[in-house]
Amino acid sequence: MASLQSQDVVARSATTTPSPQVRNNAPQVAKLIDESKCIGCKACQVACMNWNDLRDEIGTNIGVYDNPSDLTPSSWTVMKFFEVEPTEGSLEWLIRKDGCMHCEDPGCLKACPAPGAIVKLSNGIVDFISENCIGCGYCVKGCPFDVPRISAKDNKAYKCTLCSDRVGVGLEPACVKTCPTGAIGFGTKDDMVAYGEKRAGELKERGFANAGLYNPQGVGGTHVMYVLKHADRPELEDLPKNPSISPMVSLWKGVAKPLAVAGMIGAVLAGFFHYMKVGPIEEKSDEEETT
Amino acid sequence: MSLLQRYSDRERLNHWVIALLFVLTGLSGLAFFHPAFYFFTNLFGGGQWARILHPFMGVVMFVSFLGLFFRLWRDNVMNDADKAWRAHSGDMLRGDKKKMPPVGKYNAGQKMMFWVTALSLLVMLVTGVMFWRPWFAPVFPIAVQRAAVLLHSVAAVVLILSTIVHVYAAIWVKGSVRAMTRGTVTDAWARQHHTLWHEQMTQGK
Repeated sequence: MASLQSQDVVARSATTTPSPQVRNNAPQVAKLIDESKCIGCKACQVACMNWNDLRDEIGTNIGVYDNPSDLTPSSWTVMKFFEVEPTEGSLEWLIRKDGCMHCEDPGCLKACPAPGAIVKLSNGIVDFISENCIGCGYCVKGCPFDVPRISAKDNKAYKCTLCSDRVGVGLEPACVKTCPTGAIGFGTKDDMVAYGEKRAGELKERGFANAGLYNPQGVGGTHVMYVLKHADRPELEDLPKNPSISPMVSLWKGVAKPLAVAGMIGAVLAGFFHYMKVGPIEEKSDEEETT
Repeated sequence: MSLLQRYSDRERLNHWVIALLFVLTGLSGLAFFHPAFYFFTNLFGGGQWARILHPFMGVVMFVSFLGLFFRLWRDNVMNDADKAWRAHSGDMLRGDKKKMPPVGKYNAGQKMMFWVTALSLLVMLVTGVMFWRPWFAPVFPIAVQRAAVLLHSVAAVVLILSTIVHVYAAIWVKGSVRAMTRGTVTDAWARQHHTLWHEQMTQGK
């Protein structure tokens, strides 16, 4: 939906000058997924398929409720089920709606080499502009959450758009609209943080001492947040505890780029001026040599 | 003016195949390395095509380099005389060739170029396969791929820098380029720059 959002791009992949961003007064949005209210019905998966006209291939049952078993190019959100024992002998069934976290500091955007293939909008949504995608898979390496998936059919990367097309015209994302228990909330980031903390407080009163909001600061916070019953141990549900962009990616896409370019241009210039200062080593003729 | 044969036809063609592939692989690779160079993708039919072609060109470059590698590696083994050459390389850069010790077919700088090229190409082949989409990348964990792209970039920058030096040296030392364009060098060139090789080539004549 690049054409609708062209003046509110606050960050653009592989671009060294500012993008059009005069329409920057949009409120920061966020989706809040309250794990304690989720019943694992997968209506959000269906709504996502429906709104986005996605139909994944029919897969195979791997013996658990997860279906499909992981995110795919055509399944941008997937319910993941975890049987865990947070304390010895206390079985819990945790359900997490997996998908793009819409990082404030998106690693995919930082790693992407194709200008404008990944953008961050002024409302905080990180969107893939597929016509610019070259299928290199660098976004996969940049992402701290292992979210982007590349289609084998068209070699383009896909992930949750946070329904940027719906949000752009004032609607909530499809998954939020359809959730029957109100486990998925949507609003301004500030409101969602406040509501998430209130919910975490209520869970604490009900005995979940470590309940809390998952809004990891290592990526500058996220525009998709979770209320977790065990926020002290997000790894119980395959969430990184302190996600950040890998130092390998920061080095490669950070300091290495300008230094290497300067080095290469510098080498050519050094050669040029060396020649002009010292001059060539001429081939002496036989006579010159003997004298 | 008598001439000495320095490279066979096969060696020269092999060299230029590598050189052409280096330019093409290098330009397409630089396009992914820094946005300032992204316009190079236009030479290959756009971003997708550059991404598709780059690894194939790289593999062909590596395979053609092997041809030259097995022909030349023995001449590029470092020896004690190379230490003295390296110690005086500063004088050479200042244009003073008098102190340079006599060398064989290759001087220490050329030998280093040979081994740096071989090593960086090997690193790029191995790391490049690790994130070659869609064929091999899915086999490797993301953490491994992150290290692979970083190493791949470092090796590429090393190869580009050493190739800049390589090309410059050929332009700087007059009479060198013809070794790769015609296969021959003048007797005087060989005597001045590769004295021991010259002796070896002219023995019994």
